[in-house]
Formats: sequence, C-alpha cells, structure tokens
Amino acid sequence: MSTLTYVEALREGMVLEMRRDPKIFLAGEDVGLFGGCFGQTQGMYEEFGPKRVIDTPISETAILGLATGAACAGLRPIVELMFIDFVGVAMDELFNQAAKMRYMFGGKAKVPFVARMPAGAGFSAAAQHSQSLEAWLAHIPGIKVVMPYSPADAKGLMISAIRDDNPVVYIETKTIYGIKGEVPDGEYLTPIGKAAVVKPGSDVTLISWGAMVGTCLSAAEELAKAGKQAEVVDLRTITPFDADTVLESVKKTGRAVIVHEAVRTCGFGAEVAATIVEKGFDSLNAPVIRVTAPDTPVPFTPPLEKEYIPSVEKVVKAAQGLF
Amino acid sequence: MDIDKKILVGMLDNMLRIRAFEQKAKELFAGGKIPGFVHLYAGEEAVASGVCANLNDKDFITSTHRGHGHLIAKGGQLNEMMAELFGKSGGYCKGKGGSMHIASVDLGILGANGIVGAGQPIATGAAFATKYLNTDAIAVCFFGDGASNRGTFHESLNLASAWKLPVVFVCENNLYGISNRQTDAMNIVDISDRAKSYGIPGVTVDGNDVLAVYEAAKEAVARARKGDGPSLIECKTWRHHGHFEGDSSVYKKKDEQTSWMSKDPIPRYEKKLLELGVLNATELAALRDKVDADLASAIDFADRSPYPNVSEVLTDVLA
Repeated sequence: MSTLTYVEALREGMVLEMRRDPKIFLAGEDVGLFGGCFGQTQGMYEEFGPKRVIDTPISETAILGLATGAACAGLRPIVELMFIDFVGVAMDELFNQAAKMRYMFGGKAKVPFVARMPAGAGFSAAAQHSQSLEAWLAHIPGIKVVMPYSPADAKGLMISAIRDDNPVVYIETKTIYGIKGEVPDGEYLTPIGKAAVVKPGSDVTLISWGAMVGTCLSAAEELAKAGKQAEVVDLRTITPFDADTVLESVKKTGRAVIVHEAVRTCGFGAEVAATIVEKGFDSLNAPVIRVTAPDTPVPFTPPLEKEYIPSVEKVVKAAQGLF
Repeated sequence: MDIDKKILVGMLDNMLRIRAFEQKAKELFAGGKIPGFVHLYAGEEAVASGVCANLNDKDFITSTHRGHGHLIAKGGQLNEMMAELFGKSGGYCKGKGGSMHIASVDLGILGANGIVGAGQPIATGAAFATKYLNTDAIAVCFFGDGASNRGTFHESLNLASAWKLPVVFVCENNLYGISNRQTDAMNIVDISDRAKSYGIPGVTVDGNDVLAVYEAAKEAVARARKGDGPSLIECKTWRHHGHFEGDSSVYKKKDEQTSWMSKDPIPRYEKKLLELGVLNATELAALRDKVDADLASAIDFADRSPYPNVSEVLTDVLA
C-alpha cells in the first residue's frame, strides 16, 4: 500500500501496464516531454521514449482515429484528449466508428483502446474546458465509460480499462487530481461495471461518481450530525451501469439522492432514477431526487461557478427533504 | 510491358467480378432482395483493381459507402459479400452491417463505411500500427472527392506525413459528391494538388486506365513500404449509375455521361490485353463465364443462407 494522489495513481496504472505489454502506447497533445497539461504523464516520456509516448498534432479526430485504426491492427493504444470538451470535434471516430465496428462487423473486430478525458469544473476554466459529458458517452452502445473517484480506483480502473478488449473512455475529474489515498502496490484491478458502497448507512442512499463522491461523503458526515445515516454509492463505472448495487442499497434505505456535476436534463442521474423507479419502486419511501448542475453552460467567474457545482449543503438539504 | 501476366489478368478478373457483382446488386435491389442503401461502384473498377494488385493479405484498406469494389479487389469472397447485402447470417458481418459496412478484418479490410471521410484516420491508425510493429505491411485509404473536403482528410494527411506513416491515400474523384459538382465544392481542378501542403507526393491519373492506376499505386506502395511515408493518388473516374440506387442522376449532364461511358475502363482494358496478346478471345470468354458462374453461386449462397436469429440483435456489442 502506498499513499498516492489521484493523478499519481492513474499514471502508475499506465506505467505498470506499459512495462508489461509493449503493444501499449500513449499518444495525445503535450503528453511527451511536457508531461501532460496537468502533469498526468510526467516521467513517462523519459521511461518509454518517443516511440511509445507520442506528442500528436492538435488533431483530436486523428487522435481517436489513430486509436481506432491501431487497435484494429493489433495495438492497445491509450490516447488522451486534453479536455473532455474537445471530444465534440472527434465524436464520429468514437461513436460511429470505434463503438460500432464490432457490431457492424458481426463480432469480428476487436477495438481495444483507452481514451482518457479530463472533465469537470472548479478552476474557472469556463464553458469549454469544464464540462462533465459522461452521459453523452454513456448513450453510446459499444463503448464503456469509467469515472473513478478514489486514487485506488484511478489506478485499478486504468489497468482494467487497458486490459479491456473494448474502447473504454476513462474520465478523470480534474478537481480531484490532488486528493490522496491508499493505493495497493503492484498489479491492482478495479472491475469495470462494479459500483462500490464507499460508506455504509441505513437511512438514505447518496449515489454519485467522479468528484461528486467526495461531496456526498462530506454530506454524509453532515447528515450523521443530524442523526441520519447516509450510505454513499460510488458508481465508478458509468456504463455498463451496476444497477444491482444501487438497488440493493435503496432496498435497505428506502431513499435515494443522485448527485452529479453534469447538467440536469438527460444527465446519467435520469437513468439511475429511472432504474430505481422501474426495478425498486416498492423499496421507496420517498421520491427519487437529483442534485445536479443547472441546465446552463459552466460559468467562468468564481461565485457563479461555485453556485453551479452541486455543494455539500445542497446535497444535505435534498436528503433531509426526504424525511 | 513488364507487368506479370498473372497480375494483368488478375486485374481484369477483379474488374469483371466487380462489374458483374454490381449489375446483379442493382437487379436484386430493384427486385426487393436487398434492403437498405446500395451504392454501386460500376465504372470505377480500375481504381480498386489497379491499387489492390499491389497489396497482400497483411496490408490494410479502409473503404467507403461505395465499397463493393474495394472489397472484391482486396480478396473479399462473392458469397459472403452477397449474403451480407441480403442481410443473411452467412454474410461477412452476419447480416449486421449490410452493403455500407462489409468488413473482413482477417483480409485487412477495415470496413466499408457509411460516414464520408471516416476511413482516413482509421487507415492512418492502422498504418501507425504496422510501423510500430515493424512489419512491412501498409494501409491504403480509399475515399472520394467529397471526402477530401472533410477535416478528417486534413488531420490524417498531416499526421501521416508528420510521422512518415506507411499509408497511401487514394482519392476516387468521380466528380460528384451525390449531386454536388466538384467545381462547386472546391476551387481546384486536381485534388492531388493538396498533397503539396503536406510535403508528400501527389499525382493525378486516369482512373479509368487500370494500368495507369497500377503504376501510380506501385510507386506509392513501394514508397510506403520503404518507410518514406504517405502519398496521395487522385484517380479521375466516373460512376455509371447514381450516387445510390434510386438516384435519378438529374444533375449529370447528358454529354458528360455519354463521354465518360465511352471511356468505360473494362472494354478499354480488354482491348488492350487482346492487342498485347496477354489473352485471346477464347480465354476472355472463359474468364467472363467463370465470373458469371461465381456470381450465380454467390446469389444462390445468399438466398439459401438463413437470416440471423433474432437473439443476434443483442450480441457483438462488446467484446
């Protein structure tokens, strides 16, 4: 066990896998000597050299196309989009090509790559560098979407994503790059498609993913002070969605609050809520509630951005409203 | 002529197969046997045949919505292709792709593609893999004049040239993107001019002359295999039919159609091979008979192949 930051942990996942398998390479904008915009790939160019840690031109379409073509031809690429917001210019490569090849080709293609995409608000990076687009990507059959919160899962999901034979979008939430946690040494895999109960409780289930898991954990502490025991579920993987863990928790607590930083309408919270209502209606003692960003672009100025991102207070208030 | 007889005849054989396949596809589509969209390659046979004569099974290609010709020239089997057009389980994709998505990864065919220009970055990625793995395989990307206006074209040619990737970009310029004339869509005559901006060779050839295509591709393929990077070949050609079956072709000028039909690549090439004594009339007739027989059995195969079980709707989403 080592204490690592989130960003160190996800990097360790990449490094260990690249040492293991020479068919893995890393490509993206400024991932080489520069070490990534947030230092995610620091030291990797030095260790693996320019053949395997490759700076690309500013060509997101070509980056995701590179991953798709190279994966079809036998490699296991890791590619980075500097911000998830840039996926818009390369969406076709992801959703019409990589995601659909296996199905369209009758199961005869394998497209194993990881596309890393930093997401999230909190830096006054404004509307084009702060979004949480996991629901967009979750709407695409044929890819998997993971969004770890803890440093251990940042490493464990990275290794699982690299070993997966499908395109996996690995969403890293920028605001938690610096959080520290205990991370198992050596080979450590977090299974894709498996949520985790990160704090047990009996009165209400707080369901979240990415940085908002931290907000839910803080909210659970506040609720405990008021005598309500919240259970916190970290989805970890968006798709395939682990409905069982969520339903089991709601069965126990009878109440569910879903918290995400993405905008409200058609956010992944809607899918979680629908699943709870469809399959766990009898467990419910109160309506399923969502705490989300509003349906607006991400604002720039700190007071507005603070208002935009779901806060501990809003989560606590929403949960208390269910009793 | 210093081209091996086997190659010369093989190119004609492919051209005849493509033409016959497309003729049958046209009839079968009209007769309701083939659902969906069908985009016929008839008229452009020299391009796929001339280029693919330089490739082997290890090489990759990416194709387009007008992909039947590329697949046949790269070694695709008529039975599995026809069954795929029919949506049958015996098709290359078990009936899940159809005409626009036929693929055979084992043959290096990374798919026909319903998105114009989408093959360019994929071929670039496949070429990256062959270089990374130190094989001498290369990738060829087929695309049309319309696709050369997409951002994928720029990003792919730029990346491939910056990284000296073994990929040959083959533009089939049939002068129209559906109804949109090339002259209305770009301010240049020769799309190969665009190669200059990437610092790579660009040539324009008569795409209805299979030998001209073969020679240009030979040079570009050799350059790619040597590690000298990508090339752009523009083949000026003409689709005999509409963009898709059902297209009235109202936008094509009558004299343009007449003039191009007189440059049909198949009679031209047959005449040449007969003149050169590579084939005699009897051998040519035998070649044509064999193609017709193979087509008939492909249609029979497709007819007899069952539709996939409905449970197949849920399979092959993820590996």
